[in-house]
Parts: sequence; structure tokens; C-alpha cells
Amino acid sequence: MTANHLLRTMTEYGVLFQPNLDRRKALGRVWEGVALLAILLGIAVLLTLLVRVFLDGLPYLRPQLFTEFPSRFPDKAGLRSALQGSIWLMVLTALLSFPLGVGAGIYLEEFAPKNALTRFIEINVANLAGVPSIIYGLLGLGLFVRGLGLGRSLLAGVLTMTLVILPVIIVSTREALRAVPASIREAALALGASRWEMVRDHVLVYGIGGILTGMILALSRAIGETAPLITIGALTYIAFDLRGPLDIFTVLPIQIFNWVSMPQAAFQRLAAAGIIVLLVVLLSMNALAIWLRNRLQQRW
Amino acid sequence: MEPTALDIRNLRVYYGDFLAIKDVNLSIPRHQITAIIGPSGVGKSTLLRALNRMNELVPGCRTEGEILFDGMNIYDPRVDPVEVRRRIGMVFQKPNPFPKSIYENIAWGLRINGFRGNRAQMDEVVEQALRAAALWDEVKDKLHQSGLSLSGGQQQRLCLARVIALQPEVILLDEPASALDPIATLKIEELMRELKKDYTIVIVTHNMQQAARVSDYTAMMMLTGEGERSGTVIEFDRTKIIFTNPRDKRTEDYVTGRFG
Amino acid sequence: MSGISTPLSLTRRRRTEERAVRAVLFFFALVSVLTTLGIIYVLLQETALFFREVSFAQFFLDTRWTPLFLSKRFGIWPLVNGTVLVAANAMLVALPLGLLAAIYMSECASERVRRVLKPFLEILAGIPTVVYGYFALTFITPILRSIFPQTQIFNAASAAIAMGFMILPTVASLSEDALYAVPRSVREAAYALGATRWEVATQIVVPAALSGIAAAFILAVSRAIGETMIVAIAAGQQPKLTLNPLESIETMTAYIVQVSLGDTPHQSLAYKTIFAVGMMLFLMTLGMNVASYLLTRRFREVYE
Repeated sequence: MTANHLLRTMTEYGVLFQPNLDRRKALGRVWEGVALLAILLGIAVLLTLLVRVFLDGLPYLRPQLFTEFPSRFPDKAGLRSALQGSIWLMVLTALLSFPLGVGAGIYLEEFAPKNALTRFIEINVANLAGVPSIIYGLLGLGLFVRGLGLGRSLLAGVLTMTLVILPVIIVSTREALRAVPASIREAALALGASRWEMVRDHVLVYGIGGILTGMILALSRAIGETAPLITIGALTYIAFDLRGPLDIFTVLPIQIFNWVSMPQAAFQRLAAAGIIVLLVVLLSMNALAIWLRNRLQQRW
Repeated sequence: MEPTALDIRNLRVYYGDFLAIKDVNLSIPRHQITAIIGPSGVGKSTLLRALNRMNELVPGCRTEGEILFDGMNIYDPRVDPVEVRRRIGMVFQKPNPFPKSIYENIAWGLRINGFRGNRAQMDEVVEQALRAAALWDEVKDKLHQSGLSLSGGQQQRLCLARVIALQPEVILLDEPASALDPIATLKIEELMRELKKDYTIVIVTHNMQQAARVSDYTAMMMLTGEGERSGTVIEFDRTKIIFTNPRDKRTEDYVTGRFG
Repeated sequence: MSGISTPLSLTRRRRTEERAVRAVLFFFALVSVLTTLGIIYVLLQETALFFREVSFAQFFLDTRWTPLFLSKRFGIWPLVNGTVLVAANAMLVALPLGLLAAIYMSECASERVRRVLKPFLEILAGIPTVVYGYFALTFITPILRSIFPQTQIFNAASAAIAMGFMILPTVASLSEDALYAVPRSVREAAYALGATRWEVATQIVVPAALSGIAAAFILAVSRAIGETMIVAIAAGQQPKLTLNPLESIETMTAYIVQVSLGDTPHQSLAYKTIFAVGMMLFLMTLGMNVASYLLTRRFREVYE
């Protein structure tokens, strides 16, 4: 049985193929257009959202928004306590989560032996990244607010938020370290450096740009998170300045949530103004991350 | 000399600004096996992939010159590369069956190209293609298992069957045996000799014994030009002559193992 | 110290430092395990207390959820119904759009176009959920009400649409990774048989990446189920069994927020309900995360 036979069999069918190329290509073009449209639809929603928020919130985007405490009267209400809460929360969360997350990432990438325990930790981190943030809120409520008796304090919020973003930091740290060329490691080890000396003096120097970028992106997630803080009982109405980590607190997105939930239209517009502030903060953090990445990469 | 299947004229292929192969002129004879040999990095695969316009899938790749096939320049703007590729089939270096069943691996190409038979005729063509690729006896009881479940040599023959089913006029083989063991390699070579009765075959190979064993004609490629960076065909002749009495000194050095 | 010998005079101090650092870093890595244990412990403990007062039958067999009313009923299904209703409708938006977007990005777009489009999708993914909630309530709901006048102010559909667009980038980006992982050689084989770009993309690449795409979908569903602020703002607080997305419903997450906002005394039954609901939520998302993880691993095994 040879190809000859095949040829004969096939010629018996007369014209074998009717590729209809024009129709197929046209069909392909139409579908590719539809696919592009799917992306453009997403972008259109994004732009609508931004324009809409901006137009709604613009009238309330004035100095009082930043200097006043929340109030029953929309004209007197501001974000003062929420801004304080968000800034404090972010700074303290950064201080706590940076060593924890980066350290865990370094351990898993550079030190961990390939054994069952390591694998378990890795699966665990992957799973934690998918746990809904509100569950962390329940953890914080049971463990920090009640268990450690921290109450509805900023500190309880910081601890909870740290746990929320920890998996993100671990994953991005590992990615940053993985991007460091193996030759650097080998060079350091060949000079008689121990593993930690190799990591401290070479790998970290090389990978710090990626690590910091991941850190900032994790913090920008923290600043937009609402659910876990509501669950641990962060309040929406706070009319005094935040003085320390054991004070009760509120944050920007909670204040926004509170205003959105009010029936009066004026509060909704106030919420839009709050959203503008939140988005500007987020955007600057992202810009910082991009700038940092480019700048630290150029050194190499 | 036999009638020509593919007439390559002044072919140049660029990757961006880099001239990968230049000024190739070659007449690939019909129903013969033509081998393309030469040191690695000389552009053998690039030349082969120019023959069915596969290079166009590489971003930044640009082709100049003409390749006449059936009296038509395949690089003519009116010619559709998709149609070219159905009529000039290709088997790749590493076996690359689709992650579908053995049957579907072959039927898919038929279907997209508007095969005009019914279900039974489709079955028959699939069977004949597998027979032509000397694979039928090994897979006839497991046509609906994944193509990836086959051994490397079987996978490569499946890839060949997939091409044969479309009844191309030319089959291009890009080092088809480089990832296979010696026995599987011999099987592929045997098949090629069988297939040349119906098809024009062009094969790129690293392995000079293989070229000497299976091919009727051989094209020898070398780096030339400024800084010796662009590949071109320096000699083309009957395989027997290339391996016993080449005109070019570089060819002689290469085939006798004094080079590369 | 991985077998690297150093001069004896140096070893002691360096070895101590090495050991200390390693121990500290190991402890940091363990924090993630402790977090998981903490979650399980807290949820189990409070859920156990809950089930001391409410029977399994009351929880799983009743069809009404009214723990905050005078006549308390504890049937979880209305909350599960609300959660699944919103998540399913969100997926109706996110899945087709996300998959199409992924195909376009991975198979059709040139590098330049990709580089223009990608950041927009990333921004879409980075917008805080409370903002999407605002958008759902003040923009999508009025539109829905003008098309379907019977739409309630708080409704599942509006939250689902906003959530769909929020999740779209996740689906797109994870699916794109899966498509991207399909070897070039498989695409080339398809092109060499005379297939058009769209045929290669949809008939060869997508099926080849199917388990990876499925993993992306499952992860997206899990995110939709755990999403809180959009539903808390836009979907309402009326737990009920309904398949009509234009009605007001309540999800598990929204219920937890509702209770958290009130001044619920510790030890009260209402306080314990949120942990029982949280346990249910945790188990549902855990199941999906594990399924997604296993699918991704299987997908990687095929191509690596």
C-alpha cells in the first residue's frame, strides 16, 4: 500500500478540496474584529467609569474635602480621618509586610530544600492568594480584635491587611529573584560566599527593583481593600485625629462606601470625590512602581 | 535534468536588517529528493521555510526575489500564503502533533481545506494517509487516542501523514529525523524513497550520511558576503557528484569532514 | 552550607550568621502556613459554637435566612443562591469577553498593539472594588431600570455586570498565559497545513490550552464568589431563592458586611452566623482554588 494508492483513491472523488479561502479569511477577519471589540468594550467601560466619577465628584473636590471630618451635612463633610487612617495603615502595613513577605520569598526561592514541607508551603501560599479578602477580615476579627484584645484599632487593621497582601508580596519577590541570572549566583558561590552572603550582596542588589515594584503594587491593593477592614469593625464615622496605632480608625474606601450607601444624592457625589482622591493615590503609586522599575533596571 | 517543481530566483531573506540568506538561485527537480546541507547557522531552515512562506510568521522577516511554482510566483501579492501552504506541505524538526486524537490530527487539515467527501470517505483518506506514512498498522486500533501518546518516531510519521492527506505537490522536511532514534530515522528515510514517486521532496539535514543515502540532488550552503554572515547556495548538483566529485573546494572540505 | 569549604578562622561567625538568617527567613515563610491554620481555627471554633445553637438541619434544610429578625431562620441556601446568581451572571460577561480578549492579545495583535491595549486592562483590574460598586449603583442600575422597568434599585444584575468587567482582565490575562504556553511548533504545523490565523487560534491553540483556560475560569469564578464590596453596595440585603437577576438579593459576603456594620455583641448568635457563613464561603472558594491549581499543573505537565 503506497502513496500511489492514496492518490488513486483520492482522485476518484473528483475535485477533492474546496478551500473557500476567501470566505474563511473573511470569517476570520470578522471574528478578529469581534475579539478586538471585546477589549475595546472593556476599555470603554473603564473610560466611562472614570469620566462619570470625575464629573460626579468634581464639585466636591475642594479644600474642605481634605481638612474636614465626616459630617451629617454633605457640605461640611470631608475625608480628614479617612486620609489619616489610609496613610497610617499603608505605612505600618508596608513596614510589617516588607520584611515578612520578602523574607519568605527569599527563603522559598533561595534557601528552601526541595522537600515535602517546602511544597506544602508553596501550595499554601498559592491558595492564600485565592482566599477572599473578607475571610481575612474574619480571621482578624477572631484573632486580633478578640483574641489579642486589640479591639477595632488601627493595629488590628494593619495586622489583618499584612496577611491579606503577604501572598502577593511573596509571589512577586520570587518572580523578581528568579529573573536574576544564575551566573551571578555561581560567580558569588565560586568566590567562597555562603548562600546568605550571595543573596545579600548580589542577588538582592540585582533583584531589588522587581521586589520593590511588587511591594508597591501589593500596597496599592491594600489601599483599595475595604471588606476585611469593615469585618474587623473599622468605623465609618470618626471625628477626631488619629494619634496612635491603638486608636480606632477608618480608611478612604470605607468612607466612600459609607457615602455611597447614603440615600441623599449629595453624598453620592461626595463619594465620587472620594473616589477621585483614591484613584489619584493609586495612580501615583503605580507610576512610582513603573518609574522605580525602569530606573533600577537601567543600572544593569 | 528532470522538470522543475520549484524555481528559486534571486532569493533574499532578511530578519530585520540582518540578511540571513542571499541570492539563492535553485531549480528543485520534480519528483526527486533534494537535500539542503551545510554548517549550522547557515540558513538552511530559513531557505526551506521560504519555500512555503512560513517565514512570514516570524515578526520582522522579509523576503525578496521569486519562487516559481506551477508557473506562478508564490510571492506574488495576489497569491495567498494560506493556499501556498496547503500545496507545499511541511514536516518540522521536532514532531509536533496537535493535542488531538490521531484521527483528528489528519482530519483537521482535510476539514479546514473544505474536503468534499462524506464521513466514510474521510475515514478512508485518513486510513490511506496513515498507510502511506507506514503508520496504519501501529495505530489502527487506537485512532481516537491522543496523538501525543505515540512514540517520537510515530509522532513524526503522523505529522507526515497529516501532510500527505492534503495531497500537496511538494513536501518540505526540516531535519525530520534529528529528534529520532536510528531505527525511527531509517523508517522515515525509507518512507521518503517511497513518497518521491508522487511528491517532490526537499529535506534539510545536518547529517551528511543521510543526505547521501536518501537524496537525488544536494544543495550545499555556506556563509558568504561581508564578514561571512549571510548564507547562500554555493553548489547544487546530483548528490553523487556532490559527495564524490564536487566543483567547489569548500563543498569538498565539508563533505569529507574537514569543515564544521 | 552546601559543601563549600571556607578557611576555619572564618567559619564560626559566618556559619552562625548563615544559620540565624536561614532560621528567621524560614519562620517568615511559615507565617503563611500559620495564616491558613489561623483561618481554619477561627472559622472552625466560631462555627462549632454556632452549630451548638443551630442544628445542621436548620442550616442546610431550611429555605429562609432571617437570623437578624425576631423569628430567626437559618437556612443558608438563599445566601448561596444570591452568591451563585451574581457570580454566574458576572461570568456571562467575563468569560466570553475575557477569552476573546485573550485570543486577540495572544494570537492576533501585533506587539505594538498589545503594548497599547495591555495597560488599559491592567488599570481595569486595579480599580478598587468599592469604585465598581459605585459605578454599578449610580450608572448601571439606572440603565437597567430604563430598559427593564421592573428592575429593583438594588439588584443582582447590576452588581454582576460591574463584577464581570472587574474580572474580565483576570480571565484575559490568565487565559493569555495559557495560550502563550502552547508551543510555537504546534501553531506552525497548523499554518503549514493551510489554516488561516483565526482557524489556528480557535481550532488548535485554544483546544490545546483548554485545561489552562479552564483553570483561569475557575479562579475567576472563585473571585466572583468572594467579591464583597460590589454586591454590598449594589445587590441588596434580601436573602431569597430566585433566579431573576433583576431582583434584590443578598450574597454571603454582603451578609457578613451587613452584620459587621451593625453593632453586634460578641457572643451573640448573629456574631457567630458570620463565621458559619464565612466557613461556607471558604470551603467553596478553597475547592475551586484547588481545582484550578491541579488543572494548571496538569496543563504545565503537557508542555514542559
